[in-house]
Amino acid sequence: MTVPALEIKDLNAWYGESHVLHGVDLIVQPGEVVTLLGRNGAGRTTVLRAIMGLTGSRKGSIKVHGHETVGLPTHRIAHLGIGYCPEERGIFSTLSVEENLLLPPVLKTQVPGMSIDDIYAMFPNLAERRSSQGTRLSGGEQQMLAVARILRTGAQLLLLDEISEGLAPVVVQALARMITTLRAKGYTIVMVEQNFRFSAPLADRFYVLENGCVVERFGASQLSSKTEVLNELLGV
Amino acid sequence: MNLFEIPLQALLSQVVLGLVNGSFYAVLSLGLAVIFGLLNVINFAHAAMFMLGAVLAWMGLNYWGLSYWVMLLVAPLAVGLLGVLIERLLLRRLYQLDHLYGMLLTLGLTLLLEGALRSVYGVSGLSYEVPESLLGATDLGFMILPNYRAWVVLASLLMCFFTWFVIEKTRVGAYLRAGTENPKLVEAFGINVPLMITLTYAFGVALAAFAGVLAAPVMQVSPLMGQSLITVVFAVVVIGGMGSILGSILTGLALGVIEGLAKVIYPEASSTVVFLVMVLVLLMRPAGLFGKEK
Repeated sequence: MTVPALEIKDLNAWYGESHVLHGVDLIVQPGEVVTLLGRNGAGRTTVLRAIMGLTGSRKGSIKVHGHETVGLPTHRIAHLGIGYCPEERGIFSTLSVEENLLLPPVLKTQVPGMSIDDIYAMFPNLAERRSSQGTRLSGGEQQMLAVARILRTGAQLLLLDEISEGLAPVVVQALARMITTLRAKGYTIVMVEQNFRFSAPLADRFYVLENGCVVERFGASQLSSKTEVLNELLGV
Repeated sequence: MNLFEIPLQALLSQVVLGLVNGSFYAVLSLGLAVIFGLLNVINFAHAAMFMLGAVLAWMGLNYWGLSYWVMLLVAPLAVGLLGVLIERLLLRRLYQLDHLYGMLLTLGLTLLLEGALRSVYGVSGLSYEVPESLLGATDLGFMILPNYRAWVVLASLLMCFFTWFVIEKTRVGAYLRAGTENPKLVEAFGINVPLMITLTYAFGVALAAFAGVLAAPVMQVSPLMGQSLITVVFAVVVIGGMGSILGSILTGLALGVIEGLAKVIYPEASSTVVFLVMVLVLLMRPAGLFGKEK
């Protein structure tokens, strides 16, 4: 039996006084693409933040490649092989594109990441603008950069928060191709998505969150039979 | 108050002397800027750290026979170590609270340190000789410049350039700049941000101690020697733009020169001119000359 890339059991998380996650269970096998669906405020982003130790306090168990992370500081969690792309993208304005790309250090996992040449081959726009200020890029390019910079580090588990949000359809298509490529390369991906049409053809399995709880889970094959439930839960 | 009635010689020599004072402003405000950038703490302990640098230099020579050059290295290291303790044991507990608490804590530390040393050394000031290799003076044509003052400017500029280079051009500096913008994300990339914060504070106060050792032979070494300087240095930081590295260096030097010029043009205003500049700059650019509007 393989060790899951990510195994969350009975996760509770708080922001200060407010209790945001109520006993979330979630499992992701190596090489899987899993999407977290739900309305705004359902707790999807908080799940990713809790994995990174960025919420207030958290209780329960979060194992990354078999290592318990509850109680570890954020910087040590990253070194278990996680690449985190936050919703706000987090491109640094005081750093150039290339500095942004080189910022995340290579992780203490044995896995080699993509080389800078591979990354520029995958995102030719970034190569052209490597010396520009990071935040001078277009929204789509910034999103590419935010994902590209975690591919260099040797992270095998990617946490991608709303990467298609607010982008032009042609950019969203490019991102979908990127996810397919990454998946073929063996990356494990947990995505938070509002755009169901973007994530539906990409993911192996889906979790639906509501009020900080997992209310539905199903595989890609059950997608068509779940349409009604989803319409109701997501209000689309 | 006609500019043309002032002999050129006097003007030039005040510019050079202004640069010497400006060097102290630059190194001190640089340390404050680095600390404020990453920690968001207005480090009122800076005056005390500057003074500690000078007092340590004096103690090194008089108690342990350690030369100026040894203390130029040892005093900043010792004060840096003290900075590690202050950040780890005290400041760290205040980050979740309002900025005001960090300011109060560091101000309290200053009062404690100054008070403790005053009870030992009094306030009259101890004298510290210029190191032998820097004795003498050089004739610049328009003035005779003591070699030691030239060294102060040179050493400060080198230290400023070194700091600027590390922050703007190296990988460690990129971590620091990114950490200033979004420390949580930098930590999520696997960088030990809490350690970085400790070392940044230590480096900032070590810079102050470095300036303190430089100052020992030109100012009276006394527990209160940081007081008068630090008020101007805070003005420099505000004029340059809070947290701006280049801004604090250039503003520090420029204000030293402006102060020097004021001494020949209108001596009565020489101690006020810095604050006049501050008012004017804040009226036109509220974020400071090099600061970014938030």
